[in-house]
Amino acid sequence: MAFGDLCLLIVLAPLAAAVVAGLGGRFIGRAGAHWLCTAGVAVSFAGSAWVLKLMLDGAPVYNEGVYTWGVSDGLHMEVGFLVDRLSALMMTVVTFVSLAVHVYTIGYMKDDPGYQRFFAYISLFTFSMLMLVMSNNFLQLFFGWEAVGLVSYLLIGFWYKRPTAIFANLKAFVVNRIGDFGFIVGIAVIVAYMGSLDYAEVFARIPNAIGHDLYLTPGEPSKVITVICVALFLGAMGKSAQVPLHVWLPDSMEGPTPISALIHAATMVTAGIFMVARMSPLFEMSPDALHFVIVIGATTALFMGLLGLVNNDIKRVVAYSTLSQLGYMTAALGAGAYGAGIFHLTTHAFFKALLFLAAGSVIIAMHHEQDMRRMGGLRKYLPVTYWTCLVGSLALIGFPGLSGFFSKDAIIEAVHLSGREGAGYAYWCLLIGVFVTALYSFRLLFMTFHGRERMDEHTREHLHESPWVVTLPLIALAIPSVAIGWLTVGPVLFGGFFDGAIAHAPDGPLARLGEEWHGPAAFVLHAASSPALWLALAGIVTAWYLYLKRPELPDRIAARFGRLYRLLVNKYYFDWFYENVVASGIRGFGTGLWRRGDETAIDGWLVNGTARAVGALAAVVRHVQTGYLYHYAFAMIIGLSLLLGWLLLRS
Amino acid sequence: MIGLAHYLMLAGLLFAIAVAGIFINRRNVILLLMCIELMLLAVNFNFVAFSRFLGNLDGQVFVFFILTVAAAEAAIGLAILVVLFRQRRSINVEELDAMKG
Amino acid sequence: MLVEILFWSFSAVLTGAALGVILARNPVHSVLFLVLCFFNAAVLWLLIEAEFLAIVLVLVYVGAVMVLFLFVVMMLDVNIEQLREGFARNAPLGAVIAAIMVVELWYVLWVRRLGIELPGATAPLPEGYSNTGEIGAVLYTEYVWPFQLAAFVLLIAIVAAIALTMRQRPGLKVQDVAKQVAVRPQDRVRIVNIPVEREP
Repeated sequence: MAFGDLCLLIVLAPLAAAVVAGLGGRFIGRAGAHWLCTAGVAVSFAGSAWVLKLMLDGAPVYNEGVYTWGVSDGLHMEVGFLVDRLSALMMTVVTFVSLAVHVYTIGYMKDDPGYQRFFAYISLFTFSMLMLVMSNNFLQLFFGWEAVGLVSYLLIGFWYKRPTAIFANLKAFVVNRIGDFGFIVGIAVIVAYMGSLDYAEVFARIPNAIGHDLYLTPGEPSKVITVICVALFLGAMGKSAQVPLHVWLPDSMEGPTPISALIHAATMVTAGIFMVARMSPLFEMSPDALHFVIVIGATTALFMGLLGLVNNDIKRVVAYSTLSQLGYMTAALGAGAYGAGIFHLTTHAFFKALLFLAAGSVIIAMHHEQDMRRMGGLRKYLPVTYWTCLVGSLALIGFPGLSGFFSKDAIIEAVHLSGREGAGYAYWCLLIGVFVTALYSFRLLFMTFHGRERMDEHTREHLHESPWVVTLPLIALAIPSVAIGWLTVGPVLFGGFFDGAIAHAPDGPLARLGEEWHGPAAFVLHAASSPALWLALAGIVTAWYLYLKRPELPDRIAARFGRLYRLLVNKYYFDWFYENVVASGIRGFGTGLWRRGDETAIDGWLVNGTARAVGALAAVVRHVQTGYLYHYAFAMIIGLSLLLGWLLLRS
Repeated sequence: MIGLAHYLMLAGLLFAIAVAGIFINRRNVILLLMCIELMLLAVNFNFVAFSRFLGNLDGQVFVFFILTVAAAEAAIGLAILVVLFRQRRSINVEELDAMKG
Repeated sequence: MLVEILFWSFSAVLTGAALGVILARNPVHSVLFLVLCFFNAAVLWLLIEAEFLAIVLVLVYVGAVMVLFLFVVMMLDVNIEQLREGFARNAPLGAVIAAIMVVELWYVLWVRRLGIELPGATAPLPEGYSNTGEIGAVLYTEYVWPFQLAAFVLLIAIVAAIALTMRQRPGLKVQDVAKQVAVRPQDRVRIVNIPVEREP
């Protein structure tokens, strides 16, 4: 099979499955839907793994257009695939997590009336995400970008009878619009200055943009390349939920848990990270934009993690953890260590999907109870879930040797070494973030699986481990969560894995980190002397002390620091600000435009006014139309003679 | 010597008389139809004269077709006139103002 | 010289007859004036050797179309006096418009010329030239499709004229032979089986 056909197969298999499962209805049935969609994604996964193997064996980069959609003034709009190691890695991660989630969904959504719709959506999502990561041009990237946003919207509002779900999906959509607006502005500026949508051509024409200024406000020039990068990063901020566009991600937990794992932890929210890494040749040219990126990322990493400390909804805690980890990835991008960001993306995809699915498993066992204050002591009822969740948590906090350790430590070191403006601030944010991560992770673990059993009698009687379709994906995800870091950290970060796909500065932080690289074992030993490990352990101990040893302490602390606690519980008043200032302001503005602009000016003056003016004129002119044919004939004849006379006399 | 201009002038005169006829007899549909016939005759005059003086037969063929169409037009026009008269017992054009705006 | 005399005299009659058409009090007179117009026109066409069209004009126009006009005018019971109302009022406007047109044409043809020299005389025709034959040669070769189309237009006109003026009068007794032939016994005769009544 030719390589292009393989790419098409990988992309189209989930799409075909989604179409058939979504439109097939009773014809294929529930079992048909899950078999079909799982098979479609399995085909994609097998193909992606094969592609990744080819790439590791040194296959050349594949960059071909498949279909020309349109050509306008020399601007080619194409569907095309760019498969290099970066996209091959992303494809494999996406399809693997998607496959695990498909299997898990069979158990999780067993009794849901929207079973087939759900499978159609997640397969469609897989297709969209693959289109996004395999794209070789900005148009297709944008298509994938919007398509995953659409599926995310559909899935957050999957239980469309719940008002909260509808509110959440609308919120996700609107907040993402803001980011997407920036994204499309960035693409437009790229087209304006580079005259192409194709990645390779755009990167080749970067010199066109350097040295040019753009006047966003009169009298204040900004560098074109910085405008491009900041605008593109705005898109990434929306999709990857960076402060201040993060507000939609916690609310997106209204959707079913499998999609929280797939879309809102492992894949879609990392699209922004992937996009920035893909655009690294552009970002490398704009240090100003990278300063912005690193500050935003570090802020997100610390302050979103803090919110996880006060939340009691098991899924929301994991969601805030996701936000925090996305902040880490963004900070890595800002430091110029794109490889580290992508590496953390990969490891995070596994262990965060694992944590979400474990949370889902708990939720199944608790009969859709999500409040951790009503759990506790679940370890003996859900052994598989407990151990996999423990593995995921350890990986998340960066326990030495597990996957998260390598990626997170690499990021912290890279930020430390980057020497960028704001890197000092970012470094401290990330370090404190490590402590916070450990604290909230083990708070979750202890409140859920240890301690007193706080659920009611009825629930306790029905507690039992989830079926194999649920636990199998947990185990399947736990294995890479443990091992993938150790196995791949060397080649991926320091072995030139991303050469050609990502542009790293030759004296960038990763290169300097690589000089001290002596294999994973040495890295683990070195960790003992770094503050990150001790902070993580301190976080675990604190969590143990507060939530197992002295469970009454947290409430007292909350009461003692009431103002701070309220600030955290209210999520820094972001939602309040957006709802009461931004949204109501815009709504008031819109109402004003509607009343004054639309109803009075456009409808009243322009539309109805035009009609009235025409009516008034017609009332006068209608007397000319007598209905007698000969009057018309006379008008013609007289007009003709006058015209002829004028022509004759004129010349 | 009689030249092309004489014939064209004669045709123009005929046409002008027909136009004046339409103005004068604007109530009588039959006379209007006849004035139209007169106009067509004027036009045919031009065609025939041009054809002969310029040595090209196409003009005469054209007159042939005009005669055909004029005959058809007269037949249908008179048929409409008959129907009109049956309906309203009159052929006064000034009563036909259904198209008044 | 003879041609010029003929031209001027027939032109004068033609113009006079045209004026007669539009000024006559009685529509029947108007039609007859129009017939006179056509005859004069035919003669003038003969003068420039367009024999075929001259004959067609007389045969088709005078023979068919104008007779149709006469029929209609005489058949319809038209109130002439009512139709001639406003005659004097409208006449000046018509005269002015007609005069403007004539003056304009005269100006173009005799004064301005637009730099074009109009032919002053006809080229002599070759020996044995047949106007009818030549028109026929063109009509049946180059113009054969328009010719067929013209026939079709006439056909449509015939059908349309009939369709417009045909009417079914209610209460008219007519005999439809086709219906009579197509009739079947069971449409006309009904056999009813009446059971025999028994003595009680």
